[in-house]
Amino acid sequence: MDAPRTTSALLYLDAVRVSFDGFRALNNLSLTVEPGEMRAIIGPNGAGKTTMMDVVTGKTRPDNGDVLFDGSHDLTRLDEAEIAELGIGRKFQKPTVFDMHTVEDNLRLALKADRRARKALFWRETTEEWERIDRILRITRLDPMRGRVAGGLSHGQKQWLEIGMLLAQDPKLLLVDEPVAGMTDEETQQTAELLKAINRTHTVVVVEHDMAFVRELGVKVTVLHEGTVIAEGSIDQVSENERVIEVYLGR
Amino acid sequence: MNGAAQDRALSRGALVFLLLLATIAVVVPALNLLLPPSSPWHVPTYLVSLFGKYICYALLALSIDLIWGYCGILSLGHGAFFALGGYAMGMYLMRQIGTRGVYAHPVLPDFMVFLNWPELPVYWYGFQHFPYAALMVVLVPGALAFVFGWFAFRSRVTGVYLSIITQALTFALMLGFFRNNFGFGGNNGLTDFKDILGFNVQAQGTRAALFAVSVAALMLGFLVCRVIVASKFGKVLVAIRDAESRTRFLGYRVESYKLLVFTLSACMAGVAGALYVPQVGIINPGEFAPANSIEAVIWVAVGGRGTLVGAVLGAILVNYGKTTFTTGVLAPYWLFVLGGLFVAVTLLLPRGIVGTAQHWWAERRARGAAAEAAAVAPAAPAPKPAE
Repeated sequence: MDAPRTTSALLYLDAVRVSFDGFRALNNLSLTVEPGEMRAIIGPNGAGKTTMMDVVTGKTRPDNGDVLFDGSHDLTRLDEAEIAELGIGRKFQKPTVFDMHTVEDNLRLALKADRRARKALFWRETTEEWERIDRILRITRLDPMRGRVAGGLSHGQKQWLEIGMLLAQDPKLLLVDEPVAGMTDEETQQTAELLKAINRTHTVVVVEHDMAFVRELGVKVTVLHEGTVIAEGSIDQVSENERVIEVYLGR
Repeated sequence: MNGAAQDRALSRGALVFLLLLATIAVVVPALNLLLPPSSPWHVPTYLVSLFGKYICYALLALSIDLIWGYCGILSLGHGAFFALGGYAMGMYLMRQIGTRGVYAHPVLPDFMVFLNWPELPVYWYGFQHFPYAALMVVLVPGALAFVFGWFAFRSRVTGVYLSIITQALTFALMLGFFRNNFGFGGNNGLTDFKDILGFNVQAQGTRAALFAVSVAALMLGFLVCRVIVASKFGKVLVAIRDAESRTRFLGYRVESYKLLVFTLSACMAGVAGALYVPQVGIINPGEFAPANSIEAVIWVAVGGRGTLVGAVLGAILVNYGKTTFTTGVLAPYWLFVLGGLFVAVTLLLPRGIVGTAQHWWAERRARGAAAEAAAVAPAAPAPKPAE
């Protein structure tokens, strides 16, 4: 499985194609994300942003193309659990937390640990793990809600809890799908700060619609359209790109 | 809400429940054996056996609640594992009859002599030994559940599709066991038992002892379920129930969790069946009937899924109702009552009896805590986990 490294990129997609019943969701998509980078991926509806995440996390198998993680792991051959074990965490578009569990337990389940069933049966929390949960609760400002059932959180709080769960997983790569959808302006700004803080120690890929938010992040932007990359660069560069303007505003 | 206290396997509620069961296990046989029948406190033997049967049903319900209530696996074929455990015990009891059968054959059970079988089939070997039979009681349902689950969960069969194939499983087994050449007594099943471990199965003392053992098994089953549910494993089960694909993306191998809990649940159902058979005196293919499995699911729904105590309570209440109904003039209407009960519970009491009570209690406590928090302004620091 551990083939020799062929690229320095943490995430490497080359000529990836996915079609659903003839519809080309991804069409020759190529993309590299370097270790430590934060990348924003934007694009109109149906550009293939979520499909790209599905491919990376093992939910969807590409028809062809290479998807390499850390230069040596072929993600097209692994399933969701194996990919998560490798160190890729994902936050979904619609916040999906475990509604019936407390905020604290949600983090506890996400916390990096041996995932095997046998281990979970006889698992005892260490002080160190407890402190990590505590720290994440403070970072995500969910400390006062720790004992509350996650189903009772507000939309914004659920988004934050999910980011907290990502942190608890301590993945090498975080895939964050529309983190600020449905958030207030203030929450959006706080989320941008949170992601920047996370980026200090993790590689992050953010998919987002909200241009103001992407501008706030101030990172390299990749623009997708009809399953392929049409522009890449800083937010100012891509927003002056004619092709991008055309795609976003229509002819 | 105090998370730490809630997560302990032996919560206060669980302890009270176990204590109650322990009391029943001692007091009921004592009232039956020690008091003369004339005493108003005397418990007649038929009642001991009747409730012994309910206790076995309760263990079956518990096994269903573990997978349905906590992991969202709705098995409509759990009666199959119950019946397999029952057959394993029945085979032991048949081998104990020896020369006391109608044909007085030292080895072959009556039905084999009747069918002109020359010798004992290989799979009947060893069942004259109780430890071997006891092992099979757990092993056979467990192995079937493991193989079935291995295929079903790996192929990610969930929801109603899984329910349907569990139903097909028990139906197929029923058809098989109905056949004479299957070697389990065909549609008559196994009956006419004489001894269990050297004691007469009909004797009052044996019946009282079987009752006590059944309650003890229920206590053990409950304890095992509580330990599982309170562990991190149990939390993962609930996570699978509520958001399966999310759990996968966290890196949990959902199929191994399901397989483990499903197999364990089948073993529990097998034990329930094994204790049931000597108390009712017969096991036949009717136990595999899909309707039985569905009824068991209704017990859990009535008591409250995902509460464990509710499963036990539901099984006993519904079966008590069934006994009362089917012995009177209302007998023809029992199925309507059962169906009506299921519809009513689903519509009016979706949490079941115990679930509703717990919910009501939690709300009351939350309101109390909110009032208290308002009175004492700064929140108390969160408790450290118990090490």
